[in-house]
Amino acid sequence: MKKTGSQILLECLQLEGVDTVFGYPGGTVINIYDDLMGSPIRHILNRHEQAAVHAADGYARATGKVGVAIATSGPGATNTITGIATAYMDSIPMVIITGQVPTALIGNDAFQEADMVGITRPVTKHNYLVKDINDLARIIKEAFYIARTGRPGPVLVDLPKDVQVATAKFTYPETVELRGYKPTYSGNIRQIEKAVKMILSAKKPVVYVGGGVTLSNSSNELQDFAEALQAPVTTTLMGMASFPKKHPLSLGMLGMHGTYYANMAVTNSDLLIAIGARFDDRVTGKIATFAPHAKIIHIDIDPTSIKKNVRVDLPIVGDVQDVLQKMITKLIEYGDEVKAHVEETSPWLEEIEGWKKQHPMAYKNSKTIIKPQFVIEKIRELTRDDAIITTEVGQHQMWTAQFFDFTQPRTFLSSGGLGTMGFGLPSALGAQAAFPDRQVIDISGDGSFQMNSQELATLVQYRLPVKIVILNNNFLGMVRQWQQLFFDRRYSQTCMELPIDFVKLAEAYGATGLSTSKPEEVEDVIRKALETPGPVIMEFKIAREENVLPMVPAGAGLNEMVLAS
Amino acid sequence: MKHTISVLVENEFGVLSRVAGLFSGRGFNIESLSVAPTVDPSISRITLVTRGDEQILEQINKQLNKLISTIKVIDFTGQEFVERELALIKVTAEEDTRAEVLRIADIFRAKVIDVTARSYTIEVTGAPGKVDAILELLRPMGIKELVRSGPVVLGRGSKSWKGA
Repeated sequence: MKKTGSQILLECLQLEGVDTVFGYPGGTVINIYDDLMGSPIRHILNRHEQAAVHAADGYARATGKVGVAIATSGPGATNTITGIATAYMDSIPMVIITGQVPTALIGNDAFQEADMVGITRPVTKHNYLVKDINDLARIIKEAFYIARTGRPGPVLVDLPKDVQVATAKFTYPETVELRGYKPTYSGNIRQIEKAVKMILSAKKPVVYVGGGVTLSNSSNELQDFAEALQAPVTTTLMGMASFPKKHPLSLGMLGMHGTYYANMAVTNSDLLIAIGARFDDRVTGKIATFAPHAKIIHIDIDPTSIKKNVRVDLPIVGDVQDVLQKMITKLIEYGDEVKAHVEETSPWLEEIEGWKKQHPMAYKNSKTIIKPQFVIEKIRELTRDDAIITTEVGQHQMWTAQFFDFTQPRTFLSSGGLGTMGFGLPSALGAQAAFPDRQVIDISGDGSFQMNSQELATLVQYRLPVKIVILNNNFLGMVRQWQQLFFDRRYSQTCMELPIDFVKLAEAYGATGLSTSKPEEVEDVIRKALETPGPVIMEFKIAREENVLPMVPAGAGLNEMVLAS
Repeated sequence: MKHTISVLVENEFGVLSRVAGLFSGRGFNIESLSVAPTVDPSISRITLVTRGDEQILEQINKQLNKLISTIKVIDFTGQEFVERELALIKVTAEEDTRAEVLRIADIFRAKVIDVTARSYTIEVTGAPGKVDAILELLRPMGIKELVRSGPVVLGRGSKSWKGA
């Protein structure tokens, strides 16, 4: 029996195990939406296409599955770009389906036409324009395969309206044949052998971990590896929850707002073992002074990440999990030498302990005004270990990274690479849709929250009980901080003075709103919010000019940190 | 340093812009680019010439390989290869210079493929250096119009990429 393009699409999604899609209907996807009505796939109607893509992204980050979003052609499709670019920068597996005008009209400036394959080329892992219904099933199969394999990423499928309506016999290919796409999963054993020898001869090793550990589900392997070597572990923002923050070997985050001891350890190390990390400029600071005494081993599934920003002494291309497993096996083989190595490196751990004592992560609390770090610590104290925390982008994001002790992978969802304000709320929505019974909390600033606040409606409509923390300082805080430190306190356009009543805003959408400016009420507000069913906004009016510290000024070396105001 | 690279790609619409976009998105310059299908009509061969230091070239190679539509990348740097470029040159040829233009064309084994009372159009093939040389000699006569294909290359010897 022949099926229409939209029927074929939905069957393909089901065969790929998709149970939830996020999206927004429109003229060129109306056939898909018509068929969705009878489909077992749950559709969540966001209030903006950007949010639909972030929601699919949050779903993917929290579950490890491929997130799916649907948008119509033209403005609907172009609204997805920020969401797609966000997922691309953080290597998140996603498939985005956009409607397109009928093939006969493509290129004619038709109503609501946009060249989506052209527009999304630089921000997708791959993209397709389906011109023939007979290619549709194969393309969807390839799209999911490409999205989730190798270094994951978003894949866009642009689907003209007439292809949705056309009919064809449906057969889903069993295998994917892409002659140019063969990701390397298996790390080269000789390189791994060399790496282990380098590690065993190092006196001051540091393990530096990025999002690749989470993406390859290797948190356990990472912990085994670090413990076997008794090597300190520092993470990027994306690597954050992949190694428990309270672990004695944890150095927390490194880089611009990293800990003093992580940055000192990297600067003084003689060997850096980079795992699934890409040496972002927010991590390295001034390249010339980054890990100046260290040899670098770089493990990554994407060869383009290696030697892109820093010199690398030993590259290992492969899946992080595969490489770590092989390394652990080698370490077991080298039992006695590993033991000797651990003894030899113990003075290094003592040196690091000294830095930890010298400049621990700390802030000055207040009895009269709410300090944002205090709110973060209290949220950590009052939430479950498996609570999923999302953030927007800015000061609140860095305070969360600094003061929230994550213990489990996939519990910290944040836009690392692109730094997308407006990411936190819709990604929390996506994570909550995946895990209706877990605590999902979006930690936000007043500026970022307003970038996608319309998603309150989606939360209420679908009974997704996301709790939203707004650390309100009436400022675009991070830019204000830079203006204070580097632009002589000229606060150009960063002051958001309009006193928004976030409680009323929550109530307008049918959610609950709580607000306080008193430190002694912080705990009660959090407790009450966690006990209240449905979505809740907790607004904390915080110290207005609190800064994120420590800080490495842009372009400075990691050892040139500003520690206090 | 100048690098000549062959990229075998799936013969699909949009592939060329993926390759070109990869260069423009990173601020790398393409000096010349030529593309056409191969013996296997499902594969196209792109020949491009670019410049950069070792680090840039390593990135270009890796990024080209990373494209899903890329089947094979061959950087001819340090390898033996044959290289040919086609140029069509419309040169002013009036009474006092017509003979000289023909002489130059003859020396370079170029062909005159169009003639008017005031011009010759000359076809010349060869390594880019040869094309440069004939242009140098014709320039004083007055070059009215010029089109160069950019080089296409093949590695020397019997080794080959199947189907391409």
